Order: sequence, then C-alpha cells, then structure tokens
Amino acid sequence: MMPDLGKYAGSVLSAYGASIVFLIAIVVLSVVQSRRAKAALKDVEDRRND
Amino acid sequence: MSLWEYANPVKFMALSGRVLPVVAVLSGLCLVVGLVWGFFFTPDDFRQGSTVKIIYLHVPAALMAINVWLMMLVTSLVWIIRRHHVSALAAKAAAPIGVVMTLIALITGAIWGQPMWGTWWAWDPRLTSFLILFLFYLGYIALWAAIEDNDSAADLTSILCLVGSVFALLSRYAVNFWNQGLHQGASLSLDKEKNVADVFYQPLLFCIAGFVLLFIALLLLRTRTEIRVRRTKSLLARERMA
Repeated sequence: MMPDLGKYAGSVLSAYGASIVFLIAIVVLSVVQSRRAKAALKDVEDRRND
Repeated sequence: MSLWEYANPVKFMALSGRVLPVVAVLSGLCLVVGLVWGFFFTPDDFRQGSTVKIIYLHVPAALMAINVWLMMLVTSLVWIIRRHHVSALAAKAAAPIGVVMTLIALITGAIWGQPMWGTWWAWDPRLTSFLILFLFYLGYIALWAAIEDNDSAADLTSILCLVGSVFALLSRYAVNFWNQGLHQGASLSLDKEKNVADVFYQPLLFCIAGFVLLFIALLLLRTRTEIRVRRTKSLLARERMA
C-alpha cells in the first residue's frame, strides 16, 4: 500500500508529518479555546440569571 | 437582506452555528481525498522524483498564507471604515490560522528545497518576502495581545495589516519581477502549457479546496470564540459596576 518514495522518503514523510502536526495543533487549539469561552460565558450568564 | 446584517453578533452567531459543521465536514472530506489521492495514487515526477508529493501541502498552504492576510486586509478595512466589531474580531481570529499556513509553507518549502536546490534556504525574493509575512503575522498577534483597549487594538492592528499587505502581495508576485530567485513561478496557471500536469493537478485541486474550507471552518469557530470572550468580558465588567 505504501508507495515507494525512493531516496526522498525522509523528505516527503517529514513534510507530511510536520504539516499534519501543525494542522491538528491549530484545530485542537481552536476547539479547546472555543469550549473554554463557551463554558466561561455560560457561567457568567447563569450567575446573572440566578 | 444585506451582508452588513451579519456584522450583528447575534445574527453572525446564528448563521455561523448552522454553516460551521457543514464546512468542517466538507473540509475533512476534501483533505482526505486530496492527500490520499496525491500521496498514494500519483506517479513520481520525472525530474523531482517522489518529492513532487510535497506539492499537495506546500502549494495550498502557501496560497492560504497569502490569502488569509488579504482576507484580514478586507476585514481590517471594514473595521476602519464602518467600525463593525465582528469584522475586527474576524481579522484577529484569522491570524493564528495564517501563522500555521505560513509555517507549513516555509517548512515544506525548505524540506522540498534541500534535495532539489541543494539548500534548505536561500535569500530568494519569494522566500524572503514569505519569511517577512510570517514575522508580520507574529507581530499582528503580539499587537492584539499587548493592547488592553479592544478598539485601540483593532485600530492599530488594522494599520499593521495594511502595511503587511505589501509583503503578502510581494510574496505572491516577487518571482514575476525579480528573476534572480531560486523559486519557480506559480505552479497553477490557466495556461495549460504552464500548469502542472493533470495527474498532479486534480488531487491538488481537492487539497486546495480542503485548505480553503478548513480555513473557513476555523475562522468561523475562532470568530465565535472571540465574540463569546468579548461578551463574557463585558458582562463581568457590568457585574463589577453593579
């Protein structure tokens, strides 16, 4: 299944590895920040409504 | 109905909440199809060997690095001219995505350049203007973080964005008017002679679509976060005043 990347295997795999790590990092960071902001706003709004 | 209606945070939150899941799923699909197709099912280039597979990450990331800044330019101008807060927050939300895209373009470019050019880096016009664009992104984020007053931060970062746009455009067009660089011209062209071969072009289009949709999904998510953070701060300020 894995294509034969020949002598450039290291270059190709490291380019894919680094890019995928950065893409996953920005997605995870954005989701975590979003959840935190949502929870913080809910706390304040609940306190106001009490 | 006018586009400006979505400058209202309530309307923006309602619409973005409906659009976000659809865009996120489409983005994931396009990225998986494009990257799997490109990595597993395309041949090696006769000159570049298997390193041609880096094109599926390098070109979309570089395209986005420039276009994210140009999107920030448009939203910054909207802030300066019409003072719509959602617009300023969208620019702020886009910057970290732009940093990641620029970083991916720089890193994959260096990894690709080493076996093809014999060097990781050259002070080539396109590479240098891209590095400066990266530094502008970092400066833009730092400026937002350094200024407490939201409106002043939006004003100053908008001006910085206008200045940085010179480098965003330069990184796109530098190869056209500075011929001494190592970097070749654009990989994509409407002229079939200059465009990459179809066998590479088709999966590349999926990857570009995937990166564009990923940017839109992240932008909506991050702008929603910024709106919530702003709302929380304003409610806390009202609590303290009461």
